[in-house]
Amino acid sequence: MEALEKIRKIREEKKKELELRVNCNVGTKEKHILVCHGTGCTSSKSPKIIANFKKVVEEKKLANVRVIQTGCFGLCAKGPIVIIRPEDTFYAGVTPEDCEEIIESHIIEGKTVDRLLCKDIDGKVVQKLDDLTFYKKQKRIALQNCGKIDPENIEEYIAFDGYRALEKVLLEMTPNEVIEEVEKSGLRGRGGAGFSTGKKWRLTNEVEGKQKYVVCNADEGDPGAFMDRSILEGDPHCIIEAMMIAGYAIGANQGYIYVRAEYPIAVERFETAIKQARKYGLLGKNILGTNFEFDIDIRLGAGAFVCGEETALLESIEGKRGQPRVKPPYPANSGLWGKPTLINNVETYSNITKIILNGADWYAKIGTQNSKGTKVFALGGNVVNVGLVEVPMGTTLREIVYDIGGGIPNNREFKAAQTGGPSGGCIPKEHLDTPIDYESLKQIGSMMGSGGLIVMDDTKCMVNLAKFYLSFTVDESCGKCTPCRIGTKRMLELLEKITQGEGTIEDLEKLEELAIGIPKTAICGLGQSAPNPVLSTLKYFREEYLEHIKYKECKTGECKKLAKIQIDENKCKGCGMCKRNCPVEAISGKPGEVHHIDEEKCIKCGTCISSCSFHAIR
Amino acid sequence: MSEEENQNCPCMSDKLNKELESILEPYTNSKDNLIPILNEVQVKYGYIPQIAQRKISEYLKIPMAEIYGVITFYSRFTLKPKGKYAISVCLGTACFVKGSEKIMERLKQRLQIEEGETTKDGKFSIDATRCVGACGIAPVFTVNGEVYGKATVKMLDEVLNNLMSV
Repeated sequence: MEALEKIRKIREEKKKELELRVNCNVGTKEKHILVCHGTGCTSSKSPKIIANFKKVVEEKKLANVRVIQTGCFGLCAKGPIVIIRPEDTFYAGVTPEDCEEIIESHIIEGKTVDRLLCKDIDGKVVQKLDDLTFYKKQKRIALQNCGKIDPENIEEYIAFDGYRALEKVLLEMTPNEVIEEVEKSGLRGRGGAGFSTGKKWRLTNEVEGKQKYVVCNADEGDPGAFMDRSILEGDPHCIIEAMMIAGYAIGANQGYIYVRAEYPIAVERFETAIKQARKYGLLGKNILGTNFEFDIDIRLGAGAFVCGEETALLESIEGKRGQPRVKPPYPANSGLWGKPTLINNVETYSNITKIILNGADWYAKIGTQNSKGTKVFALGGNVVNVGLVEVPMGTTLREIVYDIGGGIPNNREFKAAQTGGPSGGCIPKEHLDTPIDYESLKQIGSMMGSGGLIVMDDTKCMVNLAKFYLSFTVDESCGKCTPCRIGTKRMLELLEKITQGEGTIEDLEKLEELAIGIPKTAICGLGQSAPNPVLSTLKYFREEYLEHIKYKECKTGECKKLAKIQIDENKCKGCGMCKRNCPVEAISGKPGEVHHIDEEKCIKCGTCISSCSFHAIR
Repeated sequence: MSEEENQNCPCMSDKLNKELESILEPYTNSKDNLIPILNEVQVKYGYIPQIAQRKISEYLKIPMAEIYGVITFYSRFTLKPKGKYAISVCLGTACFVKGSEKIMERLKQRLQIEEGETTKDGKFSIDATRCVGACGIAPVFTVNGEVYGKATVKMLDEVLNNLMSV
């Protein structure tokens, strides 16, 4: 039991050392500067910020100050984000040039750098992360460790109960008890379809077979969704631990994680995590002194959306074109290389360790009757607080968009929210108060999907949006079955016709006919759900389709052929904003006077529409 | 140097051969290594040269046709080299909603090429990517991996003008 003792000892020692990360009132002279090193903040130079902090700390010989890279804090819109513990001061929009001042003023003199503090949605300046409205309505279970620990340091993960769920499972529970616990928790697949996780584990456990596999689906292809990526970047060990627990439950000794190659930071962190877990005796043979053995390999996806479908993903791991298989047989019976295989997605796994440690009853108390726990959403589009949010199932869309998201920027109006990506639908204003769970979303014509939640304001054309999603599906259709390969293409052609002002009422009927027929005949989830964006926009925004067809008009100006960009003489204040922003110098006018657009020069890019604060251009 | 020239010039193909061998070496000849190997080749050369396809085919004992099938299936793999400045516009939903389509259109108009193509002088290529994960600063485009956030048509024009004058 030497290995077990070693891990327990690290946990105890590190817990004390890292208490300042979770407790603001701890009596210590130490300071931890936490810098977000997720993809979002990295794109705005957070690696340089980390380097600068380290440089200044070294120059000034500050022995009690540590600079730590963490995963995503969630509030990507305000990035790069820096947090100083134990006082939990929250600095937003930090630049590499600010580092010296933060250290001089905050760390050495004890004076907060006020200009870098963040404003809440009500305009009040906020000192602490937890005081932001953005975080108040959230409940972080899957994202528990993101932004708290250094993802490249296994000991920090161990300090916060890391690998304790594994310990409990291996030493105190039978595989059957583990499965019962997961079943009782009510956890459902977070990849989109919402199948019961416990049931999936049960089915794979019951199949006879010497060799079984555990697979983690991290092929997050839904454009605009980045939950799984953030978990992998911020807390990779929780996925490793959960996959091991799954392996113990179903009787597998080998796991694979299939990650998009477009996520280089996530891949690198996961590689590091696997290496460290092996080094600490947590992966390999005789884990924690028991006779359980398990190992994990990484497989990279190469940019095919359809590989998020479980059987296509298996084909891809086997080195082939990622085309879905006809089901049944399901992977539980015949998966990777024909062996019984358990596939869950990243977010699903990230709930497992918490369920084991806190108990199924604790988990089942969160959420709605049929959808338990929380859901992570990637909130994006026309909303103030773009970022990652985790809320209990049953939270309404209004709470997410307005309370957490801070509403719509530029005084625009909410038009629709899109969930479920290319497989989902648009939710209009009248459903803003629907509590979100698997069933309610389906009822209003959308779906949970993996968790992309894109907000759209009134400058967005719904027909153009449907076209955008269809062109995505056409691009990503693997071509194996006819309804998807040819059907979606025909739908796209019809939408192109309509957005170019050449559509007829018959085209609309044909479009609907296809949208109803394809789901009944396509073989995999991609094809079956491809018409959803069209069906839901037709349901809620039929008027817009008719405007395009009957009056050859696109009120938002997004469909270029139908756009007539004009400046409203009554609203224009002559501020010159449009003129300054026009890339082709098509706008003329003197300050304070009504401006005009030269139609010959205008490329209809729409920059002027969104730059006008008086809504005078449309 | 074009691919044909590469393969006709003995010294080049010698160098390429050696490099390819060192890429293949850590892998067993199991078929499921095909995609990881292709990935490495793509990253190293910016495309998958024919000579590499042949080499992989021999090593893994997979027919060339099948390898071609895999390459053309996955959007990450390309058969043609990218431009010196590979520009990708994110067309993920978050960027789309914030107007990345207009940036793409402007880019195509300025360079007179389509998505997936390279300019004749080999200087620029255009790609559409699906979500680079920087949704917080949407819309974004990248030039050789460097992210330009909160992009506008004007900003793209400035970046292009700078690169064109280099």
